[in-house]
Amino acid sequence: MNEKTQKLPARLHNDFMKVWGNPQGWRALTIVNHTTIGIRFMVTGGVFFLIGGLLAMLMRTQLALPEQEIIGPELYNQLFTMHGTIMMFLFAVPMVEGLALYLIPKMIGARDLLFPRLSAFGYWCYLFGSIILLSSLVLGIAPSAGWFVYTPLSNEVYSPGPNIDFWLLGITFVEISAVSAGVELVVSILRSRTSGMALLHMPLFCWYILVMAFMIVFGFPPLILGSILLELERAVGMPFFDIARGGDPILWQHLFWLFGHPEVYIIFLPAAGIVSTLIPVFARRPIVGYRWVVLAAISTGFISFGLWVHHMFTIGIPQLAQAFFSVASMLIAIPTGIQFFAWIATLWTGRPVYHIPMLWLLGFLVIFLAGGLTGVMLALVPFNWQVHDTHFVVAHLHYVIIGGMLFPLIAGLYYWLPHFSGRMPSDKLARWGFWLTFIGFNMTFLIMHLTGLLGMPRRIYTYEAGLGWDLPNAVSSVGGFILAMGIAMILFDIILHFRIGRPAGVNPWHADTLEWATSTPPQPYNFISLPADPTRHPMWTETSLQATIAEGRHTLSEIDHGRRETWGSDPVTGKIRDIIHLPGNSWLPFYAALVLSVLCISLLIRTYEIALIALLISLLLLLRWSWINGAHPGAAPDARVKPGYPPLHSRTFDSPGLWGMVVTLFSDGALFLSLLFGWLYLWVIGPNWQVPDAAPLAWTTLVIAGVLLSGAAYWYRRVLQRLKAGDDHYLQYQLWGITTLGLAHCCMLLWIWTTAPLMVTHTAHDAVIAVFLAYLLFHGGLAVIVTGLQAKRVAYGYVGKSVPYEVAVLEPWWLYTVGVFWISLLVILLLPSAWGGM
Amino acid sequence: MEPEAIWKTVIRSLAPLGLINIFFFLGGCAGPQSALDPSGPSALAIADLWWWMFGFSAAILCIIVMLWLYAMWRKPPSMTETEAYQIGNRWIIGGGLVLPIVSLTLLLSFGIPIGYRLLPLPLEDQNPLHIEVIGQQWWWEIRYVDAGIVTKNQLHLPVGRPVDIHVSSIDVIHSFWVPKLGGKIDAIPGRTNVLRLEADTVGHFRGQCAEFCGKGHAEMILFIEAHTPESFVAWMEGYKHE
Repeated sequence: MNEKTQKLPARLHNDFMKVWGNPQGWRALTIVNHTTIGIRFMVTGGVFFLIGGLLAMLMRTQLALPEQEIIGPELYNQLFTMHGTIMMFLFAVPMVEGLALYLIPKMIGARDLLFPRLSAFGYWCYLFGSIILLSSLVLGIAPSAGWFVYTPLSNEVYSPGPNIDFWLLGITFVEISAVSAGVELVVSILRSRTSGMALLHMPLFCWYILVMAFMIVFGFPPLILGSILLELERAVGMPFFDIARGGDPILWQHLFWLFGHPEVYIIFLPAAGIVSTLIPVFARRPIVGYRWVVLAAISTGFISFGLWVHHMFTIGIPQLAQAFFSVASMLIAIPTGIQFFAWIATLWTGRPVYHIPMLWLLGFLVIFLAGGLTGVMLALVPFNWQVHDTHFVVAHLHYVIIGGMLFPLIAGLYYWLPHFSGRMPSDKLARWGFWLTFIGFNMTFLIMHLTGLLGMPRRIYTYEAGLGWDLPNAVSSVGGFILAMGIAMILFDIILHFRIGRPAGVNPWHADTLEWATSTPPQPYNFISLPADPTRHPMWTETSLQATIAEGRHTLSEIDHGRRETWGSDPVTGKIRDIIHLPGNSWLPFYAALVLSVLCISLLIRTYEIALIALLISLLLLLRWSWINGAHPGAAPDARVKPGYPPLHSRTFDSPGLWGMVVTLFSDGALFLSLLFGWLYLWVIGPNWQVPDAAPLAWTTLVIAGVLLSGAAYWYRRVLQRLKAGDDHYLQYQLWGITTLGLAHCCMLLWIWTTAPLMVTHTAHDAVIAVFLAYLLFHGGLAVIVTGLQAKRVAYGYVGKSVPYEVAVLEPWWLYTVGVFWISLLVILLLPSAWGGM
Repeated sequence: MEPEAIWKTVIRSLAPLGLINIFFFLGGCAGPQSALDPSGPSALAIADLWWWMFGFSAAILCIIVMLWLYAMWRKPPSMTETEAYQIGNRWIIGGGLVLPIVSLTLLLSFGIPIGYRLLPLPLEDQNPLHIEVIGQQWWWEIRYVDAGIVTKNQLHLPVGRPVDIHVSSIDVIHSFWVPKLGGKIDAIPGRTNVLRLEADTVGHFRGQCAEFCGKGHAEMILFIEAHTPESFVAWMEGYKHE
């Protein structure tokens, strides 16, 4: 290599670091880069995993022998509730999200995720929400109704005090983070792949994450709605789940498992993605049946939304429904089988080499397969009636989740460790770690199937001697401690490798995907130049890719404009459409999450004045955040690009922001559908449903409010159409006009609500109507505020004919608001009268 | 991967499996609350179902794990990409589509009829005994409606006669479960669920609340005594006189 090419990468690196570099010290809190955020998610998730594991050790100590009194029922109930909650919400989901946030841009040849401030905001929400939830454990008032917090046990009568509120508020707060990461991943995968990376050239891991992200977008809203309703029942007395006042506790179970079952696949799919990434690398050949695997991942996502009722086989539902959900639950075995045999076929036709990650994949195979087989058994109703809510189910779910998520995750951890640190782990310690974990795990949970069959229910803090449960419990407890030793060994190995691991060099596993074309550890910008038209295995077809990328020989290597840029591409073909300029580091995500946590705490201690102030401040912060966009001096005031390049995204109508809005509305729509489901469910199935004699809302005023809203939305649509045609006459004044019309709608809605004779604490009927009204008011109100803001931005010159994208971003919100308004009107007013108040 | 390493791996993976077998066959499945020690037709049907499913699943588990290990170990002949594609398709269609579909069809064709027979359907020749069970924090109220008897945590029934347990709750959700007689059913406020049980051997069994119901959940135990028809009548008479 001559001197010139040696110097070039170093100079390019310095130029890129001026734009992309991460600050040190306190200002590290402002970092929005996906590599840093991804690592923060994973490290935080790892810490919560250890805390959750510690709680499990306490429980196993208590259960080791019969009739022990080390831990009383109050504490034990807190322990298993918090163990499940921490492992599912604070470890599993954030962990796989963190891995996805870290890897996805690198695998698709992008420099960052598309909404970097949202990544940071998601992390802070997760961290603060988790701390709030865990503080309850320290204070000794942790939630104690189980991780699925069934009502009526979790209502204010049977769980007085703030314990369940910690769960509802803390988890909802953490879920904001999950949904925002979901939206961000969907849009980033679809819109920011490097030039020419078609969907079917994407690494399989990206397909799995795409499906997972969509599942988060649709799967979390039912629980968010359920949590809001239960918190309203506890704090205000609105009786959504109270039998006596027309509610139904079973509605909670439906909402919870509508989320809860997809949740299992939300954490399994990324893990299967890890398996599908690692096997070809170690089998030294491309995966067999790429399209089969993609199809399997997608169908898993779909099927998983149709089998939530199998968690509820013992509540006394009709036989036909049971048979339907029984078959649906078993169907999931087909896509899983396809993946398993694609992996076996890849090994079969390849020339496998043996490394530590493969050992963990073998562990995954044995454990997850066993868990899947007991899952099929559980889907069979008669057997389910016998073992539901016993230790058999505890064993099954640990086989599925530890086998299906933790084992592949650790395989992935070992695989990507050289990428995180640039060093290799120790082979010997890693083996010890694996065998201790594998043996400890099976010793704990294999025998636990038998414990359950021998009749031991789950969630009991102690048991009588002589029921045949003594020996199996003792074995499980010993196994649990061996498992803990295995985890400790892995931690030890990882900590040690940072100091004594041998340097990994370039692409140590001879992998095929683009993340190994960054330097290891990676720089914040990922790639100096973005490789165009990659094959499905870019690192195999072009072995010198890492060097040529660092030398700037590929596309988009200009940095003198000082903008953070990455390609914006077509969602299917990957052809470039625009250059996406990304925001830099900012305090706003941190502050916004901090103020939201104040909101969360003030709701917890029920000081609603402070809550209102915190809500307003957080709204201001979020609006300030949206202000620094487009042609704002803090974003991209200068739109000049290299000749031949496509325009900046803010100078087009089809920006990632529009995609983000649409995906967010999918999530919002899932929340609205859950609310509709709740309303119809209570009408049809609620045992004591009560309907007032006179309709509580006057339809004439509601229709007038709806006409005002529709008029505003129609006007907005016209303004956007004209702008697309290049006509921005009176843009500012028209936006003000729309704002005024929308404001009139909101005032009217507010007037209807305050004058309606709604008895929200007396009947579930009126309580649900109040939620509908609040939902509509929120959407109308936000539409008004952001449209007013757009008018202001036109005045400042941040939005206009040459920078039109924000106007297009808001259009779907207006249309959605109109849509939900008329649907709500239909189901609140027309449907009940059509049924004659049954 | 070396053959010795493979065998070591196999032996180590199977060791825990061996462990559970020892417990199954030495420790036994008996117990006053064991689902594997049935004392009634429902529990017997489910226990049989379990043993069949267990055998079938264990076989599938072993075959697939062996296949995976063999795939890792074998040295494949060099093949073209088309040949590899055909082999892959054969594996995926055979193992990923045919195997699960055939197994699930088999399982459902046995399982669904068994489930149907467990339902509390009207009987032709017999009139089931009607017992109401009301779950509450943290005990069971047992009502023999026809006889006007109310007991606490004591369920007496005659052998050989179907019993319809009408389960409800007055506070939170509980779950009524006597493993030696059959499956469980939830006790939900505002609803009444019916569970059909029958005992075929005389004796004392144990039941326990299966749905977590708060602080006293572990102590919410039910004692069952199955009588001969004559001694059941005698118990009822004796109870009324008390």
